[in-house]
Amino acid sequence: MIGRLAAADGAEPAPLLPLEVEGLVVEAGGARLLDGLAFTLRPQRCTVILGPNGAGKSLLLRVLHGLVPPARGTLRWSEPDPTLRRLAQAFLFQKPVLLRRSVRGDLAVALSARGVPRRQRRARIEEALALVGLDGFAGRAARSLSGGEQQRLALARAWALRPQLLLADEPTASLDPAATRAVEAILRDLRARGVTVVMSTHDLGQARRLADEVLFLHAGRLLECAPADRFFARPVSAEARAFLAGELPG
Amino acid sequence: MGPLGISGEIGEAAATALRLLASADPELLGIVALSLQVSLAATALAALLALPLGALLALARFPGRGALVLLVNAGMGLPPVVVGLLVYLLLSRSGPLGEYGLLFTPTAMVIAQTILVTPIVAALSRQAVTDLLEDYREHLASLGLRPLAAVPVLLVDARFRLATACLAGFGRAAAEVGAILIVGGNIRGHTRTMTTAIALETSKGALAQALALGFVLLLVVLSVNLAAAGLQRVARRLEG
Amino acid sequence: MRLHGLAVLALALVAATLPARAAERTILLASTTSTENSGLFAHILPVFETATGIRVKVVAVGTGQAIEIARRGDADVLLVHHRPSEEAFVAAGFGVDRREVMANDFVLVGPRADPAGAKGPDAVAALAAIAAARAPFVSRGDESGTHQLERELWRAAGIEPAAAGGGWYREAGSGMGATLNMAAGMAAYTLADRGTWASFANRRDLGILVEGDPRLVNPYGVILVNPARHPHVKAAEARAFLDWLTGPEGQEAIGSFRVGGEQLFRPTAAGREAPGG
Repeated sequence: MIGRLAAADGAEPAPLLPLEVEGLVVEAGGARLLDGLAFTLRPQRCTVILGPNGAGKSLLLRVLHGLVPPARGTLRWSEPDPTLRRLAQAFLFQKPVLLRRSVRGDLAVALSARGVPRRQRRARIEEALALVGLDGFAGRAARSLSGGEQQRLALARAWALRPQLLLADEPTASLDPAATRAVEAILRDLRARGVTVVMSTHDLGQARRLADEVLFLHAGRLLECAPADRFFARPVSAEARAFLAGELPG
Repeated sequence: MGPLGISGEIGEAAATALRLLASADPELLGIVALSLQVSLAATALAALLALPLGALLALARFPGRGALVLLVNAGMGLPPVVVGLLVYLLLSRSGPLGEYGLLFTPTAMVIAQTILVTPIVAALSRQAVTDLLEDYREHLASLGLRPLAAVPVLLVDARFRLATACLAGFGRAAAEVGAILIVGGNIRGHTRTMTTAIALETSKGALAQALALGFVLLLVVLSVNLAAAGLQRVARRLEG
Repeated sequence: MRLHGLAVLALALVAATLPARAAERTILLASTTSTENSGLFAHILPVFETATGIRVKVVAVGTGQAIEIARRGDADVLLVHHRPSEEAFVAAGFGVDRREVMANDFVLVGPRADPAGAKGPDAVAALAAIAAARAPFVSRGDESGTHQLERELWRAAGIEPAAAGGGWYREAGSGMGATLNMAAGMAAYTLADRGTWASFANRRDLGILVEGDPRLVNPYGVILVNPARHPHVKAAEARAFLDWLTGPEGQEAIGSFRVGGEQLFRPTAAGREAPGG
């Protein structure tokens, strides 16, 4: 297929991480939406981006995925080629984006786009669906699934692409508690299989359950970057303290 | 106006139409078959060109894109008789493509109608894909699909709206007479279609006959639309 | 996969419309609506095909357009009814072997009540009466043979109808049938060839008011499109058609054509009498 995302010589991406971010600035309409972010992302852990609404969590995830270009600053990935970097990442949207076709069809398009040979697709699809508990759903129309099932399908799609890094934008914000638990279990499962997870949430309980590391954003600035236990026990900034106390609009 | 008044004339024409169909008059059947063949072929060819073109216009940014969008939209209003004239000059023996001897053949009619139908299908395809892109843009970028590769994905996703676009194109082809009259020549048994036959009967003053043929044409177009609707229903059911 | 299916279907449909590679012998005749609409061709061409195996495809348009088609080499034979144009066509080298074929006549039709008092044997006097009464008159207005004859008649009457003003003179810019439809709808006078009139079904209140005037005679000529100018012309088959049309069988077929019991075309070719007959 023309324009398929694959390295010309079939090369596999090198490890993406660690990633060194320095002085990251994103602007729009004269305003600074992200202002001077600096942090390091390490592999094999779950990093949770916390912060109130409008802090810039979704935007940061999109910058990491290459969907939004920075105005200033550097992102030093361990893999220098942006095409190969995209190959090693998968993105989970808050509201799952699914094509208007069957479950199998949606996964097949993703696999085809990533250059997975036709022979291997069927096996990968079945394995991915089994992982998220959707085996037997292959023939159903993707959009006929419930909200929780759709997000699990999106996770299956992400896993089928064998990413090094999974970026998730508030993946359970629109789900009920049962569906939320199911999604969190899958995220833990993916972590166990070696996928690095970077996700945003404004659900403190979820952050406590899943995070190894916390990046606390407020009004576009990175106020704290710390291991999860330390952040929750001894937040340094006043905003973080207010946020943890539930006083900032989440 | 005859003694029956206009409702009487229409009723008479409808009865004549049914009688013509029931008698399975070979000349009439030939005309109907040719109409379908030419208009369906033109619609299919136009779809082949226009569906990807419309999707590309929605997806990709390239120099001259704005001008092309303008051309496509304006092309929806191409006067059939002008297209017929231009294709005639092209295919005439004295014209650049004369050596192929395509003038006054069904092929020439297909060419002319394809030109008429393509802008309609392209404009509607562009609109359908643009609407989809609002949902899909980031996901497609995430998958790394470049515009050219994303075209088939989006066309399949928009298939029901695109089917309607193709029906609109077919309607335009089946209804027009100006272009195919000039490039086809309305030759009896060879390039005479329903619309050119209606024009001929009208010019002979045989208005009742013309109206009857008009009813037959309406029935044919209705049947095509019914078939398409049926296919869509089947397709939806198969998808669960 | 679905897209491939659509592509195959499209190409199959288009391929089915491609002209069959010369499986049958055919020639293309550019002629006028008067001969086609009257039903003459439907009557005589099958006889020719049976006799020779050559099928004649007819493109019937206005005289001007027929001549243009022939001039461009898009037809093999030209059959029209305007001698000056025909002779100019041959003189310019686009046609050869012009022959007389047949003639019909024109009639002046109008509302039976005849408000202008046009009825009579004299076409020019009729037009003068119509102009004087400013009665509605529809002209073909399309440079056809009919239109040119009409103009000559106005000239003979010393009248410039378009310049006369008053809106009673309407130029339809259309073929004979459309012009008659207009005249019928407006209860107007108009000049028509007898062939089209005889088979015209929408007469309403119109009737023939002037006929038989020698100035209303309408001769037809047939011309072979010059193969020297357009080498692809099927000269052999086209000549066979000319020979047949102007020979005894063709002339007999023309003369035997009737609409409502009436003979519409008078065979006039030089060779119409069988030798020794």
